[in-house]
Amino acid sequence: MLRAWYAFRYWLTVYARTWRGTIVISVANPVLFLLGIGIGLGHLVDHGHSMTLGGVSYTAFFAPGLLAASAMQTGFIEGGGRVAGAAGSVGAYRTAVTTPLEPSEIMAGHLLFITFRVLTSSAVFVAVMAVFGIGAGWWVLAALPAALLTGLAFGAPTAAWAVGVRSIRNTQTLYRFVLMPMYMFSGTFFALSQLPRGVRLVASALPLSQGVALCRSLTLGTASAPTVAARVGYLLAFVVAGICVARITYRRRLHG
Amino acid sequence: MPPFRAVDGIDFEFGRGEVFGFLGPNGAGKSSTMRMLGATSPVSAGTLRVLGMDPAEKGPEIRARIGVVPQDDCLDRELTVRENLFVYGRYFGLAKNVIRERIAGLLAFAQLEEQADAQVETLSGGMRRRLTIARSLINQPEILLLDEPTTGLDPQARHVLWDRLYRLKRDGVTLIITTHYMDEAEQLCDRLAVMDGGKIVAEGSPRELIDAHVTREVLELRFPADDQAEVAERLRAAQLGERIELLPDRVVVYADDGETVLVAVHGMSLAPITALVRRATLEDVFLKLTGRSLID
Repeated sequence: MLRAWYAFRYWLTVYARTWRGTIVISVANPVLFLLGIGIGLGHLVDHGHSMTLGGVSYTAFFAPGLLAASAMQTGFIEGGGRVAGAAGSVGAYRTAVTTPLEPSEIMAGHLLFITFRVLTSSAVFVAVMAVFGIGAGWWVLAALPAALLTGLAFGAPTAAWAVGVRSIRNTQTLYRFVLMPMYMFSGTFFALSQLPRGVRLVASALPLSQGVALCRSLTLGTASAPTVAARVGYLLAFVVAGICVARITYRRRLHG
Repeated sequence: MPPFRAVDGIDFEFGRGEVFGFLGPNGAGKSSTMRMLGATSPVSAGTLRVLGMDPAEKGPEIRARIGVVPQDDCLDRELTVRENLFVYGRYFGLAKNVIRERIAGLLAFAQLEEQADAQVETLSGGMRRRLTIARSLINQPEILLLDEPTTGLDPQARHVLWDRLYRLKRDGVTLIITTHYMDEAEQLCDRLAVMDGGKIVAEGSPRELIDAHVTREVLELRFPADDQAEVAERLRAAQLGERIELLPDRVVVYADDGETVLVAVHGMSLAPITALVRRATLEDVFLKLTGRSLID
């Protein structure tokens, strides 16, 4: 496991050189979304009938949803394009495989880095939420591990898939046709209860819906232990399945 | 369709301090062999021991004691020369001060002291290859695997690189090289395995291979393209030399004394456009063994 730490440290070193470029998409965009949509659009919504939102302001409803969606996005970007690039013919994994590191350790080190990325960018967002007074007091802090879990529920399976991808363009296609629709229909912007029954059932099975609901219920202090446990279990299953598959796909690609 | 076999039942051994080469054209199975030796690709059948260890069991232990120079440099473009060496050393679990100490020596060895803090992006091809070699030495390996070390380099950069490799050999590092350049194989290697189609077709020192498979000298004759086939037939009929090869652009006569054959050719009132007597090379060995040139 020490060698997985070496791999993590490698990504940190590279990140220390390149972090500025990631701030816009991981931190600035979500915060601008929160300000623009939450406060601007929220003003309109709150003057309408907001009972479907559970009696809270639109900003308070929207912010934890956006937290989960941004965590998903960070997990996907780090586990998708960056992994596919690293596994390519001149990528970072090609260097790491010639050292004592085993494929599973290269994978574990990268997942640690994805954890780091989701955790830090979510933490900034949670801090912004706290500054705006969103959430039921300290409960907002409980949304941070929930966001991390959401990010990893996407990061780990994406990495397991992306390590075998030959063209980075494939990860962009997946982003446009799978991730973006999920971003829109997972209850980030509106309550799933507004959807027709059939659509609602499908939408609530999406992992992001569970992540959004988890972050929202914790932030607003409305969570009940059984639903939290069920949602955590659901997301955790994606993480564990991702890791199990990644152990196989990493070995296949890197020690093929 | 049966699964493709890049390497099919090869048998070889090398000893400490030796320079061992795999010579063969692209696709001969050299890189696959190198990945198996480097414990990054499983051996499906047979026995492989590197430093006395089984790569299937002791991959990390083997990789800790060898160095690998891949065909693509795989350097970190965002990082400087020094940082590339540093992050690689950290993969081996070496302490920071140990790595810093070694980097100083490696920069001098690779003649990259002035570029130490330059971005990799700004280096020439030859410099990048030297950096990749320097990087592969950070763990002070006992065996260094070099896959096509001078492919894509200009002649001057190749000679600088060869000189560095001689120095490693002198220091007792075992070098395993793949190449499709016969001059490189002749210059650097103590012993060679000639590979084709995933198999080793001959093995020995460059001198032994030439002595065993071809004549001492070679006469190369160039005729107008339309006449070459006919000329080759006439030469064969006259039983000149030991063997005659007809290549697209020339007729090659293998003989221990090229000059005598050339006189005989002129005696047959044939007038080649050019005629050249040269020493036989590994290229000729390869042509003899496989019926093909090394570089198509």
